[in-house]
Amino acid sequence: MDKGLTLRDVTIIKNGAPLLSLSRHIDPGEVLSIMGPSGVGKSTLLAFITGTLAPDFSATGTVMLDGMDITHAPAHQRRVGILFQDDLLFPHLSVGANLAFGLRAGGTKRDRRSRIDEALAEVGLDGFADRDPATLSGGQKARVALMRMLLSEPCGLLLDEPFSRLDTALRAQVRALVFARAKARALPVLMVTHDAEDADAAGGDIVTLSPLH
Amino acid sequence: MLRSKLSYTVKRRRARKSRRLLPVLPTLTLLAMLGPVIAGLYGTVLPAFGHLPAAGLTGPSLSPFYGLFDWAGLPRAVMLSVGVGVGATALALTIVALLTAGWSGTPAFRFLERLLSPLLSVPHAAAAFGLAFLITPSGWLSRALSPAVTGWDRPPDLLIVHDAWGLTMMAGLVIKEVPFLLLITLAALGQADTGRSAAVAQALGYGRLTGWLKTVFPRVYAQIRLPVYVVLAYSMSVVDVAIILGPNTPPSLSVYIVRLMSDPDLAMRLQGAAAALLQLALVIGALVAWRIGETIVAALGYRWIMAGARGKIDPIVGGMALTAGGVCAFLVLAGIVVLGVWSFAGYWSFPNFLPDQLFLRNWMRFGPGTMDALGETALIAAVVTLAALVLTIGCLEAEYRYGLSLTSRGMWLLYLPLLVPQTAFLPGLQTLMLNIGADVGRLPVMLAHLVFVLPYVFLSLADPFRAWDVRMGTIANALGARPDRVLWQVRLPMLLRPVLTAAAVGLSVSVGQYLATLLIGGGRVATLTTEAVALSSGGDRRAIGVYGLMQTGAALIPFTLALIVPAIVWRNRKGLRHG
Repeated sequence: MDKGLTLRDVTIIKNGAPLLSLSRHIDPGEVLSIMGPSGVGKSTLLAFITGTLAPDFSATGTVMLDGMDITHAPAHQRRVGILFQDDLLFPHLSVGANLAFGLRAGGTKRDRRSRIDEALAEVGLDGFADRDPATLSGGQKARVALMRMLLSEPCGLLLDEPFSRLDTALRAQVRALVFARAKARALPVLMVTHDAEDADAAGGDIVTLSPLH
Repeated sequence: MLRSKLSYTVKRRRARKSRRLLPVLPTLTLLAMLGPVIAGLYGTVLPAFGHLPAAGLTGPSLSPFYGLFDWAGLPRAVMLSVGVGVGATALALTIVALLTAGWSGTPAFRFLERLLSPLLSVPHAAAAFGLAFLITPSGWLSRALSPAVTGWDRPPDLLIVHDAWGLTMMAGLVIKEVPFLLLITLAALGQADTGRSAAVAQALGYGRLTGWLKTVFPRVYAQIRLPVYVVLAYSMSVVDVAIILGPNTPPSLSVYIVRLMSDPDLAMRLQGAAAALLQLALVIGALVAWRIGETIVAALGYRWIMAGARGKIDPIVGGMALTAGGVCAFLVLAGIVVLGVWSFAGYWSFPNFLPDQLFLRNWMRFGPGTMDALGETALIAAVVTLAALVLTIGCLEAEYRYGLSLTSRGMWLLYLPLLVPQTAFLPGLQTLMLNIGADVGRLPVMLAHLVFVLPYVFLSLADPFRAWDVRMGTIANALGARPDRVLWQVRLPMLLRPVLTAAAVGLSVSVGQYLATLLIGGGRVATLTTEAVALSSGGDRRAIGVYGLMQTGAALIPFTLALIVPAIVWRNRKGLRHG
């Protein structure tokens, strides 16, 4: 079985005109950075992989994750985790409930609770389970969002400019944390970014897209 | 691997099953909104041309129209309908435009806005009763000024309420339409980049009011055009306000239609149907004329802009607009207070400002009756609002999941039930039900209410629902949540406040329905509104006070709850406090 994330002849089309084309394979634990001017369709590529393409767009090609063709699978069954530049924590749920939403179903109540506590401890947020996410600092929110995603046990990770809202000091720290966690879980990572520093820190291949037309 | 593939197919099949219901909801919604309107118009056309098998009459014939044109009061009734409708709409729109132009962004405006928004939910009938109790010769205003200012020690013999020109009726409509148009305008302001245009105009030396009118108003009007048409169609065909405040001999065309439809002689229904068609033609004609008027005003406005006048009299016009807005708010608010005072009043001699006695006897006397009517009102409103919410959320969710978005033509469909005058299709709907032998009663009344409740619930919820950050949905999907789980556990909880507000809007619209309840209920469904309006001819102010106050409460309390409940449920969630 072919582990990792594979994009085979993926072409994103907007209103009949091709926007970008890409064929790549990302091994587990590797990071592929995609750079390019805005409007080139980087975020749209990620939407295609998560299965949430907007109606204006269409796409051809195949997306394989760990040997499974997920091109046409419903968004919630793809096992592709994604982080955006905003933390997007659910504002109506506590920090713990946000993590519980991500944690795959099953297990006893106590078991689930302890896994959530472990996840919080892993990123230095012990005892934050009952907090309102709106009261957390930017760096804390980013860490909760990361752990929420990881608890859903994804097989691949997408990053959509994930660090651009954080200030410089925090940025390097959160970036290192995300890459370390992804590597520890042997996840193939596809990162879309504006920032060359992000791409360098990722240490993997860099693809620079330019408009097709 | 095989296992997970197997479970994947099983899950897909399950997903497909639930997918069957959702795409049907937009169609069902259109059917619920437009079905009764179309059926009602169909049921109006046939009897209007002399075809009513239930009464043993077969057409086609023009005799219903001849009968209608023989009525001596017709020219006057038509003039009232057109004059009051166009006058009230133009006046309300002018007040709102000048008020927003001169004052938006100022503390005075915010104060007035906060004062007017709860008044939106006050039922028309209650506001009309309140106005009547304020301005009749023996009303509160006259008492406040007598005998010190006026010198009256008895109420003067003046016909103010039910005046032959319909001026009081027009005033009753204006005080209710100003809050409506103001809130619609504020919503439109939020969508256009208006603040900077006004600032640029002021930097070029334009007065605040003139600058706003010349730069912002054209954009805002394009957005509020349909609601303005709704106000016009409504004001031309309103029944309850006309019964309470309008002239009696002859009454406005709408009231005449209702009289004909309640006549025991079935043949009178034919004439009623003919009058309903005439009402429809009048409203269509007025809408076309209004549209032409828009282009004329636009051309004049263009010349005004080209002339470059900076607005010397801005302060005067602005002051007048603020006064007018304040008067509207005062009349509705003081009207509710005077309803309350009458509900506790014993003997109340003129010109005393307060009753000679205050007691609970009125409430003990009319209370039990109001409780029955309240129960009926609440049951109908709750069922109808729930149905409207399910259909609306279904439509919006289908739009989100399948990209079935509403075009601008679709927006017209949404407004159509509000643009077709009630008096044009409800009588036809009643006749049609009579023809096919369907029973009148609570369920048909609910379906008729849904026609009016659905558009308002939809319009209230659509913007916040669409403004929800769809990346929240992407995240939740990526975490493995099915679309239904995303809707129930993420989207709707986050949208609790707008959902409850939409519910409150729906409840207040249903509570305020008069004609739909009266005609489709066949007089057997008694709600607070039908009971209150029925009291108007008797003139028992104490009973009207009790019923009017109950009616206002039934519409206002849901709005209060829509504010309080999210504040309590999300008291520990800072991220949702202003959502």
